[in-house]
Amino acid sequence: MTDRPPPHTDPAPDPAERPPEPHVVHPSLFAVAAGLAVIGAVMLWDAGRLSGAAGYSNVGPAMFPRIIGGVLIGLAVWTAISTLRRDFPDPHPSAHGPILWVLAGLTAQLLLLKVAGFSIATGLLFALTARGFGKRNLAVTIPLGIAMAFVIWAVFSQVLMLNLPAGPLERLFFGAAP
Amino acid sequence: MSSFDFLLQGLAAAAQPMLLLYAFIGVLLGTMVGVLPGIGPALTVALLLPVTYGLDPAGSLIMFAGIYYGGMYGGSTTSILLNTPGESASIITALEGNRMARNGRGGPALATAAIGSFIAGLIATLLLAFLAPYIVRMALVFGPREYFALMVLAFVTVSSAFGDSTLRGLTSLFLGLALGCIGIDQLTGQARLSFGFPDLLDGVDVTTLAVGMFAVGEALFVAGQHALDRDQVLPVKGSIWMSRRDWARSWKPWLRGTAIGFPIGAMPAGGAEIGTFLSYSAEKRLTKHPEEFGNGAIEGVAGPEAANNASAAGTLVPLLTLGLPTTATAAIMLAGFQQFGLQPGPLLFATNPTLVWSLIASLLIANLMLVVLNLPLIGLWVKLLTIPKPWLYAGILMFATLGTIGTNPSSFELGMLMGFGLIGYLMRMFHYPVAPIVVGLILGPMAEQQLRRALSISQGDWSVLVQSPVAAVLLTLAALGLIVPLVLRAMGKGQVLQAVAADED
Repeated sequence: MTDRPPPHTDPAPDPAERPPEPHVVHPSLFAVAAGLAVIGAVMLWDAGRLSGAAGYSNVGPAMFPRIIGGVLIGLAVWTAISTLRRDFPDPHPSAHGPILWVLAGLTAQLLLLKVAGFSIATGLLFALTARGFGKRNLAVTIPLGIAMAFVIWAVFSQVLMLNLPAGPLERLFFGAAP
Repeated sequence: MSSFDFLLQGLAAAAQPMLLLYAFIGVLLGTMVGVLPGIGPALTVALLLPVTYGLDPAGSLIMFAGIYYGGMYGGSTTSILLNTPGESASIITALEGNRMARNGRGGPALATAAIGSFIAGLIATLLLAFLAPYIVRMALVFGPREYFALMVLAFVTVSSAFGDSTLRGLTSLFLGLALGCIGIDQLTGQARLSFGFPDLLDGVDVTTLAVGMFAVGEALFVAGQHALDRDQVLPVKGSIWMSRRDWARSWKPWLRGTAIGFPIGAMPAGGAEIGTFLSYSAEKRLTKHPEEFGNGAIEGVAGPEAANNASAAGTLVPLLTLGLPTTATAAIMLAGFQQFGLQPGPLLFATNPTLVWSLIASLLIANLMLVVLNLPLIGLWVKLLTIPKPWLYAGILMFATLGTIGTNPSSFELGMLMGFGLIGYLMRMFHYPVAPIVVGLILGPMAEQQLRRALSISQGDWSVLVQSPVAAVLLTLAALGLIVPLVLRAMGKGQVLQAVAADED
């Protein structure tokens, strides 16, 4: 999974390689710290509502979430301090447009899966993802995606016996009971 | 009966035509998917898990073994022909291998990687077969506290001992541990962190997390990077066969790489990257051609590639004998076992020896198939490498969601996949390692169970954890693994650790 450059060329952490101008703290890093603190707090809150049931050992179901929640809050503090001390590398710059296209594809598939069946829903995911990566012509990519998804559906549901939701397209070719 | 007899029996069982076919399909699919840029063995195994659902346990685990080895193999092809390695353990291979390919020696580079992987895989799998019974015997006397200590050690090595930041490694690990708490508590039956959603009562599925992190998260990240500049695939020119001189320069690095890689994989010490790094520096020190290093030295491909495969086989030692996954790939394999209600560990060797030994035997078979398959089909792999990014990632997401839908066709599960994808994307953005969260999810509940058992036996006395010498030693090692890197980094010596960073796989 490393499309990223290998670690030794990673531009981020080494302070010596930073540009000399005064380094501005990236505000999103505080959001990261806050997010970690919230997760930790939710864990503590949830642990608090579990009944004791600890038995002889004093360790019930709440102990482990308590420890983890506490540590996460500690890590949140550490992250905040590390950010203030400029120890935390800046996030990778990232464009939002392409990401929204991919997310739109995933959402479309999620919403349409039950109604339209696997092929149409997944075909849309394919086309919208390709759109996010720069293939703009949806009139080509949507049919292409649906055709590919249909082949996958046929192989996996008919040959490999996987339970994939069928829609109008699948019923057209394989009858009512896939 | 000795290991040897068991192994022969396993080979006999695995040599049935149907099982051979499964192994073959596994190897082929594993290589095909593993060769795609951006897909490492962890994701290969996670993506192909659904293919095995319809089969019986033996067939599916054997196909799985093929997928695992195939995925490892495919990665080396990617890194030699493309400068972006398909898996992080191939970073070193990419250094010298890509140079060789640039000099028109791509064929011998691929060959030495393939044959080196074969030899390393062969030796390491045999070592696995002969070591396993001893470790199983030792593991049988392990109590809950020893297991707990072992898991704590695995937590530390996976998250913070290597890599560029203790803080980020630990954060990733603890997010995984937090996810592991979701669902019904195994000992008291109370629902934790399920917020009233019945879908959460069974807990978070490891494959959903892994696919979300590795496939969706990576796709989002790459999309956002606008890294649309095509990686250049280097043509394989000239003969793919190695000359006599290549052989002479390769065989020692293969063996040394195996000797370095296997123990590192077999210890609960995390990824294969460390082994490849050590092997590379060993070869660089021992070579008679130091001037070639950095410009395509064949030793620099042969050694690390052997180390990579040897440690991949090595990680199967703790996985099969102790039920302890030490890499993201192993965590997904463990999930694959659990799919069939099988819990790897000492008991599996006692209750289902046929299955375990035919799995080990099929690793040997898969390894042999790979070396036969990989070189003749090199043209096909090269074609796969040239798939443009839009189609590649659109296809990856299709298969990623296919796996989730196939396991659990619910919108809730797909929503979780998307959520994990977003988390994976954010973690990449902010330089968090992804492997610890996956390992934390699967090991967390196991560690909790062992800890609570140990404390129940001692009636709540925590000092029991350090009263057994084995547990005390393991916990001390874990503490050292946490503190020493912190000190090293504070002293500004962090680059070494960063260089051996156990990255995504």
